[in-house]
Amino acid sequence: MTEIQREEMLYDVVIVGAGPAGLSTAIKLKQLNEELSICILEKASEVGAHILSGNVFETKAFDELIPNWKELDAPVNTKVKSEDFSFLTKNKIFKIPNFLLPKTLQNHGNYIISLSNLCKWLGEYAENLGVEIFPGFAASKLIYDESDVVIGVQTGDMGLDSNNNPKDNFEPGINIKGKVTVLSEGCRGHLGKEVIKKFKLDSKNKSPQQYGIGFKEIWEIDSNKHNLGKVSHSVGWPLQSDTYGGSFCYHAENNQIYLGYVIGLDYKNPYLSPYDEFQQFKTHPEIKNLLIGGKRISYGARALIEGGLQSLPQMHMPGALLIGCDAGTLNMPKIKGSHTAMKSGIIAAEVINNHIRNNVELSSYEAEFQNSWIYEELNQARNVKPSFKWGLIPAMIFTGIDQKLFGGRLPFTLQHKHADHESLIPAKDSKKIDYPKYDNEFTFDKPSSVYLSGTNHADNQPCHLVLNDKNLSINYTIEKYDEPAQRYCPAGVYEVEFDNETKKNFLKINSQNCIHCKTCDIKEPSQNIEWLTPEGGGGPIYSGT
Amino acid sequence: MKVLVAVKRVVDYKVQIRVKSDNSGVETQNVKMSVNPPDENAIEEAVKLKEQGIATETIAISIGDDKCQDVLRTSMAMGIDRSILVKSPNTLEPLAVAKTLKKIIEKEKPDLVLMGKQAIDDDSNQTGQILSALINWPQGCFVSDLKIEGQKVLISREIDEGIENLETALPAVLTCDLRLNTPRFASLPNIMKAKKKPLESIEIDSLDVDTEAKIKVLKVVEPPKRKAGIMVKDVKELVQKLKNEAKVI
Repeated sequence: MTEIQREEMLYDVVIVGAGPAGLSTAIKLKQLNEELSICILEKASEVGAHILSGNVFETKAFDELIPNWKELDAPVNTKVKSEDFSFLTKNKIFKIPNFLLPKTLQNHGNYIISLSNLCKWLGEYAENLGVEIFPGFAASKLIYDESDVVIGVQTGDMGLDSNNNPKDNFEPGINIKGKVTVLSEGCRGHLGKEVIKKFKLDSKNKSPQQYGIGFKEIWEIDSNKHNLGKVSHSVGWPLQSDTYGGSFCYHAENNQIYLGYVIGLDYKNPYLSPYDEFQQFKTHPEIKNLLIGGKRISYGARALIEGGLQSLPQMHMPGALLIGCDAGTLNMPKIKGSHTAMKSGIIAAEVINNHIRNNVELSSYEAEFQNSWIYEELNQARNVKPSFKWGLIPAMIFTGIDQKLFGGRLPFTLQHKHADHESLIPAKDSKKIDYPKYDNEFTFDKPSSVYLSGTNHADNQPCHLVLNDKNLSINYTIEKYDEPAQRYCPAGVYEVEFDNETKKNFLKINSQNCIHCKTCDIKEPSQNIEWLTPEGGGGPIYSGT
Repeated sequence: MKVLVAVKRVVDYKVQIRVKSDNSGVETQNVKMSVNPPDENAIEEAVKLKEQGIATETIAISIGDDKCQDVLRTSMAMGIDRSILVKSPNTLEPLAVAKTLKKIIEKEKPDLVLMGKQAIDDDSNQTGQILSALINWPQGCFVSDLKIEGQKVLISREIDEGIENLETALPAVLTCDLRLNTPRFASLPNIMKAKKKPLESIEIDSLDVDTEAKIKVLKVVEPPKRKAGIMVKDVKELVQKLKNEAKVI
């Protein structure tokens, strides 16, 4: 294809991703200086449509950003009224008394919300302040100047066919340049991944980054069983004790419950299927009982970033900042990342405003971050996740001591040993797991789940899941790990099929099923899968998630 | 030649729609809304006619609450020159929509009215036909190919037997099929330009149209779930079951 002439748009600040971090940056910037021109690019077809989160919301950062949010009818309504934490065995449930729980697991004063709805609300709030938000436009590439300073992003080309040839409705992407670019794509953003590598932002990290995969379903349940404001968490069954993970169940408005599961992507057995663990969890008598007579109305999955302070990269680089879950500000023991993402955005706005107005270097971000409550919070949380390498019970005992007795101030820091893609053991040394058949009442197969996510990609477009080595799966991964992609993908994108011509198995990629969770990009044992942005507007249409 | 395009704001075609728990309708709160897909074909065709120098002005019109501004902005980002929002607190039935359009047509005096063949929410497929009767213009429905030569309008439409080619004259009402064209993407610079294009708001009451609903919705329910299939041993059993259980032979 010949070189395309690309149009150019100029802004003071270009933000990638309309999630809590990016929106908070934009809103705070406008509050500091309404003259600034700000645009936000969002790959989802509308703001909030790619947001999937628990979510029990701590309002600390929101209070700082928009103190009068209550008067403004923000969709933050359901106060946490009661909570419990349990250990599950196959048929039994053991409630852990609340007084034994560390403070990080207590949710008094927090709210059960749909983060998707909150982002939609924040998006409208930002637009009223004059921020320009462009949903349906993916930032596909970064633009650098000749001295490698980030000067903006290029939006994805629209209307290319699967061989990268323009179709009738071809619309080339344009260059959007800014004095500062903010990357707030969420966990494992593909531009974030690029800058971490290019600028070696993680060179001073003590530990490799850690990830998890989170599932969420919304169920409408019998009003007699519904208990508005109740928050439940569990660990244990169906996961083996060497796998990090647990469940959540939040009773939200409209007789809905938010039911979900999070599993650390450092699991070892290539036969483990996070999706099926979650489905199986719903067959526990305690959960089943809640769901009888109910109806599943939504499904989604998304990777989350769990490394914490030990894995947090440097967050500034020439011309740009990396914030929120794109960097890794989630507080794992609290299982919360929205308030820290928002705070990282607020700090970003202050630094950028100072940069544009007074020429203060973007590197001042690091000091501002260290001086804020977010650093103190992540510092206290730092030892919890790595202790789970010892197994569930020792880790829970350690966490009790660390969090309850010492408030997270033990004088040493545990490290994460491996990156998640290094943790799998070969299939021949692993035990196969037989998951029960789906009953279509409480448990469902992947296609019917994916259907509920509303995901859609225009057909005949370039595949956005790129194999660096096209034959690696055939020559290596299928045999060595029994191709784990068919199990870790929560949307049935990857299938192993037999090719009658070559007489070999091959990896089939159903990219139109993708729900943009990024798990493949993280877990593929040889890091052979690159997640790139598909045509803008593609992907799930989450609402109320 | 002036072209008027009628645009409806509907639940996005990718959204898995859900019936409200009180069976009063379909859930639209916090649900993504967009331009009715066949209306996008109508917009595209109007913009093409302008680009070909056949149309001199293109106008989009939508009827509904303030939120309908977004579909009009999308229309203008795709290339429509200006738009009209007729503000109505209630969802109107096709007859009332056609009557409203008639009033606007009397005022704007377009030579051609384009719209989608039907809306994907109620699937009525009536507005174009009713409108053509009300204003006594020729109609062409399910247009999958369109040529305008002077006052002559050449259209093709897919019918059961194949393709039907028809000829009529301006002014006309045409409803567009998805096969008519491939709607363009609105580019970012055009979205910015669309924000500055004129959008006129008119209160529906000022048009003196009877908007009263003639149809009462009793109940909206989900289609019944399909039962799982069964495997039969042989043809004999199959015939047995078809005869005695399904009672279809």
